Amino acid sequence: MNGLRNFVDKIKPTFEKGGKLGFLHSTFDAFETFLFVPNTVTRRGAHVRDCVDLKRVMIMVVLSLVPAMLFGIWNVGYQHKLAFGLTDWGFWNIVLYGLVKVLPLYIVSYLVGLGIEFVSAQIQGHEVNEGYLVSGMLIPLIVPVDVPLWMLAIAVAFAVIIGKEVFGGTGMNIWNPALLTRAFLFFSYPSKMSGETVWTGGVERFVNEGVAFQAGNGLVDGFSGATPLADPTLANLEPRLWDMIIGTIPGSVGETSVIAILLGAFLLLWTGVASWKIMVSSVLGGLAIGYLGYAVGATDLPGYYQLVMGGFLFGTVFMATDPVTSAQTECGKWIYGFLVGALAVTVRIWNPGYPEGMMLAILLMNTFAPLIDHYVIEGSIKRRAKKVKIA
Amino acid sequence: MSNNIYLKKGLDLPINGTASQNTKKVIVPDVVAVKPTDFRNLVPKLLVREGDKVLAGTPVLADKMSQNILFTSPVSGTVAEVVRGEKRKLLEVRIKADAKQEYVDFGVKKVNEMTAEQIKESLLAAGLWPAITQRPYGIIADPESKPKAIFVSAFSTAPLAASPEYALRDDMEHIQTAINALTKLTDGGVHFSLNSENYSGTPFHKIENVIQHTFTGKHPAGNVGIQIHHISPIRKGETVWTVSLLMLAAIGKLFNTGKYDLRRKIAVTGPKALNPAYVEGLPGISMKDIKEFYETADNLRFISGDVLTGTNIGAEGFLGFFDNQVTILEEGNKYELLGWAKPCRPALFSASRTYFSWLTPKKKYDMDTNLHGGPRAFVVNDTYGKVLPMDLYPVYLLKACLANDIDKMEKFGIYEVLEEDLALCEYVCPSKIYIQQIITDGIALMLKEMC
Repeated sequence: MNGLRNFVDKIKPTFEKGGKLGFLHSTFDAFETFLFVPNTVTRRGAHVRDCVDLKRVMIMVVLSLVPAMLFGIWNVGYQHKLAFGLTDWGFWNIVLYGLVKVLPLYIVSYLVGLGIEFVSAQIQGHEVNEGYLVSGMLIPLIVPVDVPLWMLAIAVAFAVIIGKEVFGGTGMNIWNPALLTRAFLFFSYPSKMSGETVWTGGVERFVNEGVAFQAGNGLVDGFSGATPLADPTLANLEPRLWDMIIGTIPGSVGETSVIAILLGAFLLLWTGVASWKIMVSSVLGGLAIGYLGYAVGATDLPGYYQLVMGGFLFGTVFMATDPVTSAQTECGKWIYGFLVGALAVTVRIWNPGYPEGMMLAILLMNTFAPLIDHYVIEGSIKRRAKKVKIA
Repeated sequence: MSNNIYLKKGLDLPINGTASQNTKKVIVPDVVAVKPTDFRNLVPKLLVREGDKVLAGTPVLADKMSQNILFTSPVSGTVAEVVRGEKRKLLEVRIKADAKQEYVDFGVKKVNEMTAEQIKESLLAAGLWPAITQRPYGIIADPESKPKAIFVSAFSTAPLAASPEYALRDDMEHIQTAINALTKLTDGGVHFSLNSENYSGTPFHKIENVIQHTFTGKHPAGNVGIQIHHISPIRKGETVWTVSLLMLAAIGKLFNTGKYDLRRKIAVTGPKALNPAYVEGLPGISMKDIKEFYETADNLRFISGDVLTGTNIGAEGFLGFFDNQVTILEEGNKYELLGWAKPCRPALFSASRTYFSWLTPKKKYDMDTNLHGGPRAFVVNDTYGKVLPMDLYPVYLLKACLANDIDKMEKFGIYEVLEEDLALCEYVCPSKIYIQQIITDGIALMLKEMC
């Protein structure tokens, strides 16, 4: 332990200003503070500080994503097994296949994203912000598993540079960087982001090139690969309700399992890291529009189906609650969350062009969150002025 | 009691080192300092020279802007040294105390027969006018003005704060005199806030001639700023004055005894204070005078005041004018391997639930001065609201201050806050933002632009 500290102290001067590797100061600092809580003491103001810092907050979000990630890895393999009828595959085959498919997504996401973070911290002379730890964890979970890695790299670069760094880094961005990555992919390479073949690992390649990691006898008869959103009717989905809750359905890597997401939600709410108000109001919004659509006959699915399909729950728990891009006022959070849920389901039910609306709903509400806050605050100030006048 | 104000938000810092209620010693002052830095926005004018003889109550400094505001020596002795800082800024006037203390005689006065003008003149002449703080901005009160009301908080919720019931138990009569005097300076009365939890247990509820309020809640419920916010918020153009109990006692003594007598019981507290207890002393006493409370001053921080809002004065420093508390902390200048990644850090407290300290609510901690992280931008947005019992939007106010946007600062409530009110926000901030400094800069800007 002391040896490590001594080593760090020994190499530290090289990375200080004027040192040989001084230009890597932020990078060194990032690794050092990752290993050691720094010895900085308070200079002004409160002399003692809470032991929580952003690293701790971020690691809580990362931890809360672990169940969805693990399930996602398993499910990627499981869907591949189903698609190709690989009856001899056991648990470890499934997981191995999942790892082979998902790990590269993570490597690309973190290499590109953190690389850009480090460089821009270096340029601006800042400390490296922890924000990307969460974004990098989220991105592989919200893309189809077969997305080409170079596309992912470009999308990540776009989201981090244009979506975040140009605004000044974590804390200053308007849109959730992970969702921006997805939106970039969605609009730039639509063929890789929708349809029936992209959601199951290996199928696209098999269809195009006739090869797969382990193809067996080719695709099984009756393979559809469609996500529940492709045909959201009761007849289609009623038998699959439990599959959707457990998550054994095709879809983006991490979004399929309701149970895994709820485990994450539990951790986020338990630690108070994410706002329960946004989660609750988003679910309420989704249910409200879901049942409205059901009542007027636009869909024959009862409202609660909207919650378990597609990315609704994943978005509600992990993306809408991003503290930077969501509404900042407590009252604003209710409005913001409700509109996220309501808009997402509105797009699903009434817009035939987009089967899924969660991504766009959240990005749109990210855009409007400052406006919501503005009116909430104006209202509160006016109310107080009135109260003071009476008193 | 019926109009008790219940504050749900707040946080009592669980820090070790409460002073036990006994007076360990009476400090015979050696060198004491008069510090113009205790007062915001003061441009001091030096009235004495090194070598001058002074009595307790002799003017040492005046306010350059309104020269009838005087600052007087708390002891009789000889001016030993005038300490200046950068750009010759006056920092301290050090006075070597005589063995026998002599006081300037301001004459015993009957407050009830005095007019407001006479009361003001007595306070100004004796150097007790600066004891009255004016809000907005927390500056020395303007003697020409008449405040909307005067506010006094009769309890303290600050970490390890001196117990007013113990520290001021002999001063009840003086406090009453001071209240009687101050009521003449305003039409709005003196608002006197008590803690509902020991309402009947505290002798302060017998203080007369005041408008009583009671508050229930954790820190910062005892901050007068929070109380004003709930009793009668400060609007643009209004001024209110605030006085601490400690200063009321001094004001009362002036009228009752004719002396400028700032002697007070000082709580020596903190995790690094050995057998924390009270001492009797004066503002301006040196930390060297309390050396029985620590073994060596190495790697210790001496704070005049509490851990949230006090001033780091150093081992050679002097107690501030308004303070009756010294907190001794260890400097946290050490590294902690993988600290943030450990499942739990049992020696550290966190108000957030990302650690497990909320499971042991009774536990107290040996806090040190480590920042526990690096400074970041505002990210988590609901942490401040949980410890700020005010109907304000702290992040918006802080951003307005950072942007030097006066209109927005006004709108978001710069008139109602001082640094101390947002100190807890700074404590809990996971982005380690220097919130009190931002407010200080914001207030400085307001003072510059509005006057």
